[in-house]
Amino acid sequence: MKFMTAFRKEWLELIRTKRMLIALVVLVLFGMTSPLLAKMLPEIMTMVPGGEQFTMLIPPPTINDAVVQYVKNITQFGILLALLFGMGSMANERDKGTAAMVLSKPMPRITFLLAKLIAYTTLFTLAIVIAGIACYYYTYILFGKLEIMPYLEMNGLILLYLLVYVALTVLFSTLTKTQYIAIGMGFGVLILFGIVSAIPGWGVYTPDLLVANAGLIGTGGAPENWTGLWVSLGVISFSVTASFLVFRKQEI
Amino acid sequence: MIAIEVKSLVKTYGSVRALDGLDLQVPTGSIFGFLGPNGAGKTTTLRILAGLAKPTSGRVAIAGVELNTKTPKPSAKVGYLPEEPAFYPWMTPVEFIRYAGEIFNIHKAELTEKTNKLLALTGLGDVKKRKIGGFSRGMRQRLGIAQALINDPEILLLDEPVSALDPSGRKEVLELIESLAAKCTVVMSSHILADVEKVCDTVAIIDSGKRLVQDGKDTLMMRYATNVIELEIDPRQGRSIEAWKQVIFDLNGMYKGTVDGYTLRMTVEDIDTAQQAILAQLAMDKLPIVRLEQVKPSLEDVFMKLVNHKEAEL
Repeated sequence: MKFMTAFRKEWLELIRTKRMLIALVVLVLFGMTSPLLAKMLPEIMTMVPGGEQFTMLIPPPTINDAVVQYVKNITQFGILLALLFGMGSMANERDKGTAAMVLSKPMPRITFLLAKLIAYTTLFTLAIVIAGIACYYYTYILFGKLEIMPYLEMNGLILLYLLVYVALTVLFSTLTKTQYIAIGMGFGVLILFGIVSAIPGWGVYTPDLLVANAGLIGTGGAPENWTGLWVSLGVISFSVTASFLVFRKQEI
Repeated sequence: MIAIEVKSLVKTYGSVRALDGLDLQVPTGSIFGFLGPNGAGKTTTLRILAGLAKPTSGRVAIAGVELNTKTPKPSAKVGYLPEEPAFYPWMTPVEFIRYAGEIFNIHKAELTEKTNKLLALTGLGDVKKRKIGGFSRGMRQRLGIAQALINDPEILLLDEPVSALDPSGRKEVLELIESLAAKCTVVMSSHILADVEKVCDTVAIIDSGKRLVQDGKDTLMMRYATNVIELEIDPRQGRSIEAWKQVIFDLNGMYKGTVDGYTLRMTVEDIDTAQQAILAQLAMDKLPIVRLEQVKPSLEDVFMKLVNHKEAEL
C-alpha cells in the first residue's frame, strides 16, 4: 500500500518533470534511427565533400551493422540518462527538504528508496521496449527479419547494463550531499570501468562485457564468457543494499 | 499525563554539542512554547521528536513510544511542520495533502473530505489546484500546517509556524493553533515571543542545548518578570539612543532589555533602586525623558532576563 503511494508519486514526478518524455524520445529516436543510419551511411558519405573516395572502403551495410549501431547508441545515451536522472534522486530530496516532509510520516525508508529504484527501472524498461520495437521494425523494413529470441536477449542485456548505472547513481546520491558529487562519482565509475575494460583480459570483469555480449548475441554469435553478467548483478545488489543500509540510519 | 518526555538528551555533531543534557516534559493537551536564542537546539530537538534525527544519548518518549537511538523512526501519532516546509514544485496542494494522507493509510473518501477541509482551514482553498512551485513562502507555510494536521495528530510539532506569514496570516494561524488546544498537544517553537505568550500555556526556555526553565506561562511571568520598567526618552533631545542604552543596561541590578524606538524596556532586581539609579544617570547625562514607569511583564522580559542572566554567569 505504502509502496504504491510512493511509486505513484515517483511515476507522476517522472511524467511532470518531463523525464519520461525525454527518456522515451531519446531512446526511441535512437532505436528508429540506428538501422536507418547503418543503411544510409554510404549515401551520407557521398554527400560529404571528398567523402566519395571513402565509400569504396565501406562495405555494403548488413543487418548486423544496424544491430551494432543500435547497441552502441542506446547504451551510450541510456547511460547518460541514467546518470542524469539518478544523480538528484536522493540528494535533492534531502537537500531541498522534501525528504523531511515525507519521512516525518510513517513512510518506511526502504519503501521511499525502492519506489525510486523501481520507478527508474520501469521507465528504462518501457523506453528499451519501445526503442527495441522501433529498431526491430526499421531493421525489418531496411534489412530484413531479425531472430526474435536473440534480439530479446540482447535488449535484456542492454537494460541490465543501464540498471547498473541507475543503481550506482542512486547509491552515490544517497551517500553524497549534492547531486553534482553524485553524477561526478557516476562518471568516475564509468571511466574506471572503461579503463579496466581496456586492460587485456580484465574486461570480462566489468559490466561493459554486457554491451559486448549484447552485440555478439544480436549479430548471431554466442558469448562464452558471462563473468560481466554476474559482476553487474553483484554491483546492482550491492548498490541497492548499501543505499538502504546508509539511508536507514541517515539523518534528514 | 505526559505527551513528550525528554531526559538528559544529548545530540552531538562532531565536536559540537547541539543538545547538552536537555530535559523536557510536555503535558498532554498543552500548547507548549519552546523558546531559545538562535542555535539553542530547538530545531534539533524537534527533528529528533519528528523521527528525522537520532539522539546521541538520553531518553525520548513521544506519544507513549520510546525513540530508538540507532534508527530514526517517526510516529504515526505525530504531525510535524519544519521551519522551512518544502514541497515538490510540480504537485498541487491537493496532490500533496492526498499523498501525505495516503502515507497514513487514510481511506479515499475520508481523505478527499479532509483535504478540502484542511485547505479551506489554512486559506488555500482558492489555490488548491495551482502548482506549489509558484507559491510564496507564506503559502507554503500554510500548506505545511495543513499537511501536518492530515492525520489528526495527538502531538503537533511546529517549528516557527508563523515566521513567514504576514500579520493577518499570523493572526489566523495563531487562532488555529489555539483552537487545537482541546484536540491535541502542540509544541511550538518561535522567535516571536508575543505569539508564544498569546497562545501557549506552558513554556520552556532553552539555551546552548540545556533547559533554563520550564513551567506554566503565568507562573514563569510571576516568578521571573515581576519587576519590569519602561523608560521613554524625549526624541527631541537629539542624541542617539543606541549609544546611550548600554549605559543604562550596565547599571547595577539591571538585566539587559529591549529597545523599541526611544523606549527602553528592562527587567530589574528592585523597582525603587533601579528607578533611582536611572534617574541619577539621566540627571548626570542631562537627558530629558517622557516617562519612567513600572509595566506589566511579558514573556519577552522573562526570556531576556533568563538568557542574559545565564550569559552574565558565564
